Amino acid sequence: MADEAQAQLPSDNLVAVRDLTREYKSSGGLFSTVRSMRAVNEVSLDVPRGKVTGVVGESGCGKSTLARLVLRLIAPTAGRVMFNDTDLASLAPAQLRKLRRSMQMVFQDPYSAIDPRYTIRRALLEPFEVQGVALGKGEQEDRLLALISKVGLSPRMTESYPHQLSGGQKQRVGIARALALSPSFLVLDEPTASLDVSIQAQIIGLLEALKQELGLTYLFISHDLSLVRYFCDRIVVMYLGRVVEILPGARAEACHHYARTLMDSHFVPDPRHRKAVTPLVGEIPSPFNLPPGCAFAERCPAASPLCRRERPLLSEHATGHLVACHHPA
Amino acid sequence: MALLSVTDLSVFIGRLKPLDGISFDIGKGEIVGMVGESGSGKSLTAMSVMGLLPLIGGKMTSGSIRFDGIDLATLPEPHYRALRGRRIALISQNPMTSLDPIIRIGAQIDQVSILHLGLSDAAARARSIDIMQQLRIPEAATVHGNYPHQLSGGMKQRVVIAMALAADPELMIADEPTTALDVTIQAQIIQIVVDLVRERGLSLLLITHDMGVVAQACDKVVVLYAGRVAETNGIDAIFGEPQHPYTRELIRCIPRHDQLRGSLTGIPGAVPSVMDYPSGCRFHPRCADALDICAGAIPALEQKAAGFAACHAAINAAGKVSAHG
Repeated sequence: MADEAQAQLPSDNLVAVRDLTREYKSSGGLFSTVRSMRAVNEVSLDVPRGKVTGVVGESGCGKSTLARLVLRLIAPTAGRVMFNDTDLASLAPAQLRKLRRSMQMVFQDPYSAIDPRYTIRRALLEPFEVQGVALGKGEQEDRLLALISKVGLSPRMTESYPHQLSGGQKQRVGIARALALSPSFLVLDEPTASLDVSIQAQIIGLLEALKQELGLTYLFISHDLSLVRYFCDRIVVMYLGRVVEILPGARAEACHHYARTLMDSHFVPDPRHRKAVTPLVGEIPSPFNLPPGCAFAERCPAASPLCRRERPLLSEHATGHLVACHHPA
Repeated sequence: MALLSVTDLSVFIGRLKPLDGISFDIGKGEIVGMVGESGSGKSLTAMSVMGLLPLIGGKMTSGSIRFDGIDLATLPEPHYRALRGRRIALISQNPMTSLDPIIRIGAQIDQVSILHLGLSDAAARARSIDIMQQLRIPEAATVHGNYPHQLSGGMKQRVVIAMALAADPELMIADEPTTALDVTIQAQIIQIVVDLVRERGLSLLLITHDMGVVAQACDKVVVLYAGRVAETNGIDAIFGEPQHPYTRELIRCIPRHDQLRGSLTGIPGAVPSVMDYPSGCRFHPRCADALDICAGAIPALEQKAAGFAACHAAINAAGKVSAHG
């Protein structure tokens, strides 16, 4: 997968992922043997500075595992993550801890990670505590108010508890927490999946404004295809732990047959353009028992004997457009 | 004449009033979408029609629900039981709430036509397998003998749909039938259900929060906001000429790939809670078109163009509320 590394000069990329793999083993019971599966399998991708890189795929494709690997919240089985040209694996724990200020995560459910007994004030000051950033009393207050207003919350809310906030307000607190230590890179893991549409649009609008204002770089994990098309500069499509296609722009046509079906399966919100969806035949193979060739071959209309024998590598189809398919559309 | 006609339906749960004057019709062979954000009363409306309010301590305090001329609000439970599952079927969001994990798939589907249509075991089995094939369940005869845990989420939801179809209902209510599923599976299932409903001339109430699904599948739309109907209108009017500002804003919240960056802003404020509904029009604190009257007086659901809208501004300035694109 060297071709993709050369596609862009390293300095253009804030984050570069190379051959990243994470293996999980099933605990073999009394009568079964231990089996292993790769939730993320030899994934290589670049996250260009100042851009939004989207990762899409269905449940079990490995997108959330990838998000956690990129931030090294979990350790990879193999492969590297480079942040600002520094290999995260090469860092001593203290150095990695310090670097974490620059890379933060926004979760789908921000409050599953925060103590429900914490006030908003305490939740927002916690990152400074954890990172050992000593703040004077006045400075604390300044930072707090700056964060609160940055995400569009009212200063009156600092003494509120999570249960007093709506879903949208909670996610704003989640974003404020991620921004506390002035990061340059945010991983957004389905940040609006549990919100109502009117609130989802607010949060996406806020994330766009913050990106402009603070010059942030995003890795945006989502299963919402229309949202990804709207929000992202590049789109990475995953299937069963592997990257099958990287689209260079939000409007680029997918060439991989799975990516194409996936991108076509969202319903266009326009009654004047009704269309029949092409159903995907068959079921996703078990990740514990992958076929030798292309993992999508059994469901693919264009599959040939070659596809069942030999796994297609991710290669450049057009400038910046990478596809892992023997017979791209 | 409408197959289902809900008029001024209000429901109390304890001292809270989560449904307040809901009215809408579903014609024979019509697919009606019901949209609204969480807490707007979509599922509660479905439960009211199914006569399931007592299960959650709900009580219908006013209005009527008429199905094919029968007043469901006053229908005694034994008669309701003969109707529920037979002439009106419900497909719920999570298939596992409808499936018994320790009974084979086939037995669960067969049971419906044995109970409601009086079929023999063999006839019921043949019928179940036929319906499963129509729902494009591969190797239907094999799946018939499987247990729920042996199937994927998408297959389980198809089984639930097969159960709903088994008694040949006239009205199906699908409450977020694909929300828990992956997008590709969701697309398939919506397509199969819509095709079958059209083919058999059934009526469908499709409850969803996905405006894309509504646009692709429905003839008519009921837009709920905070326990009231904001607007009911034909599908083209909802997307092209919405009468209620909430409908208009809701449509503007859907991200489109051809949309300009930074143009997605959402609706300011938050969806109100049933504990704390605003006075007057419940949307007025978030509404860009709000007039002085909106905070004080509850707007009635009135005829506007081809549909109905509950909005002072729309009624006052007829024609001025239109889609901004």
